[in-house]
Order: sequence, then C-alpha cells, then structure tokens
Amino acid sequence: MSSLIWSRTTVIWLLLVVATGLSWGMGQGVGAFDVQIVSVAIIIVTFVKVRFVIFEFMEIRGAPTWMHRVGNGWIMLISGLLITRVLIAA
Amino acid sequence: MIVAPVRASTRRLPHIPGELGIWVFIAGDLVLFSLLFVLFLQYRAGQEALFVESQRHLNQALGLVNTLLMLSSSWLVASAVQAARRQQSQISSRCFALGFACGAGFIVVKYFEYSEKIRAGFTLNSNDFFMYYYVYTGMHLIHVVIGMGVLATLMVYSRSSRFTAEKIQHLESGASFWHLVDLLWIVLFALLYLVGRS
Repeated sequence: MSSLIWSRTTVIWLLLVVATGLSWGMGQGVGAFDVQIVSVAIIIVTFVKVRFVIFEFMEIRGAPTWMHRVGNGWIMLISGLLITRVLIAA
Repeated sequence: MIVAPVRASTRRLPHIPGELGIWVFIAGDLVLFSLLFVLFLQYRAGQEALFVESQRHLNQALGLVNTLLMLSSSWLVASAVQAARRQQSQISSRCFALGFACGAGFIVVKYFEYSEKIRAGFTLNSNDFFMYYYVYTGMHLIHVVIGMGVLATLMVYSRSSRFTAEKIQHLESGASFWHLVDLLWIVLFALLYLVGRS
C-alpha cells in the first residue's frame, strides 16, 4: 500500500494540484499583469497539466514513439491555437 | 574489437496502454472538443464585454473543488491499475471505488452550481456565454456519468482472482477513458472560469 502512496503517480498528482492552485490564483486577477498575458499564462499552465495527464496517468510515456508525437503534436497545436486567439483578441 | 554493453534488456519495451480501439475513441473525442475549445474563444473575442461580465457570475470556488476532485479521481484510477499489475486486487478495487466516489462528488458539486445559477436567473437562453457554459459542461457531465459506469464495472472486475495480461489491458482501457474525462475538465475549467478574468 505504501508503495502506491509514495509513487511517481502521487508526485504527479501533487504537481497537478499545485499547478491548479497557481492557475486559479492567476484567474483571480492576482498581480499587476495585463489580462491577456495572464490568460496566456493560464493556457500554458493548463496544457502543462494536460501533458502530465496524457504522459503519466494515461501512460503514454511508456507507449511507442508515434503516440508520443501525436500527444505532443495535439498539445502544441491546440495550445498554440488558443494562445493565438487570445493574443489576436488583444 | 570493442563491443558496447547491451542495455536494452533493462529497458521496458514500448507498450500501448489498453486496446487500440479506446485510443481511436479518445482521439475522436479530443478532435471534437478541440473544435469546441477554439470555437469558444472565437465567439468570446466577438463579445468580450458580455463574456467577461457573465464569467464573473460563475462560482470559481466550486470550479476549483471540481478540478481537485477530477485530479484526485485520476490519481486513484492510475493507482488502481498499478495495484492490479502487482496482483493487489483489494487495493485496486478500493482505488476504483474511491475514484468513483470522486466522480459522484463532482456531480453533486455540479448540481449545486447549476442550481445556484438557475436561481440567479442564468439559464441556457440568458446569453451566448451561458449557452456555451451549459452545453460544454453538460457534454462533459455526460462523459462523467459514462465514466462512472466504467469505474463501477472496473471496481467489480478488479475484485476477482488473478490479473492476466488481458485483464490488465481491459483495466487500462477503462482507466484511459476516465483520464480523458479529467483532461477535458482541466481545459474547460481554464477556458470557462479563468481565462480573461480581469
């Protein structure tokens, strides 16, 4: 049981919780940064979290290289499109 | 001639978690939701003032609680699969049960959140922001309900005897679907509740 609790998966979960707190804090208008910059930062933190879920929880880390490429490609494409949309709106 | 030491034996071979079919489904679902994510920001750009004002009426704390519930359920489900690989059926089943409980908690929080909005007069027809809010979170909620059915099945499935490679593959397929549900919520939480708040 203890090997399950003190595992790599638990460390990833803790990192995800910290990242959620960070993006939530940014979403409360904390700091003196421009709203567009904060929005871009929130999207970046969100897709870092998404990458952890895909590669660690979904175990794509141990999958063939083509699945790594598809996962990374999708993350780059969608986060890129969302960030571009936020910046164009500015 | 000097021969380099062979390290390949200590490395795991690449392994596709679960059945290939579940990944085709996950890919299709991700394509659909990707379009919805981009569409949301597209419409948001056209009605920024309305979206910013409407977003203020969302309960950020309840959104945060639901995100923590989703992350925790994913962690428990990933731990359940790892326990199954170690032939720890009782621990595996309990982790799936706790993951299921987190899913139930998510639905309860969503119920309170929807009730709060409806009482305040914010419905599907109020404006474009709330239309997207109800449709997107509603679509995700359907995924949560289906996922809970999957987790309940895995909870029972993981109780019995020895875990064969085939059985582990079934657990991995169900777990991957639940992680997809978590992943979609992570992005929805950011786009609906956080992005653009001033």
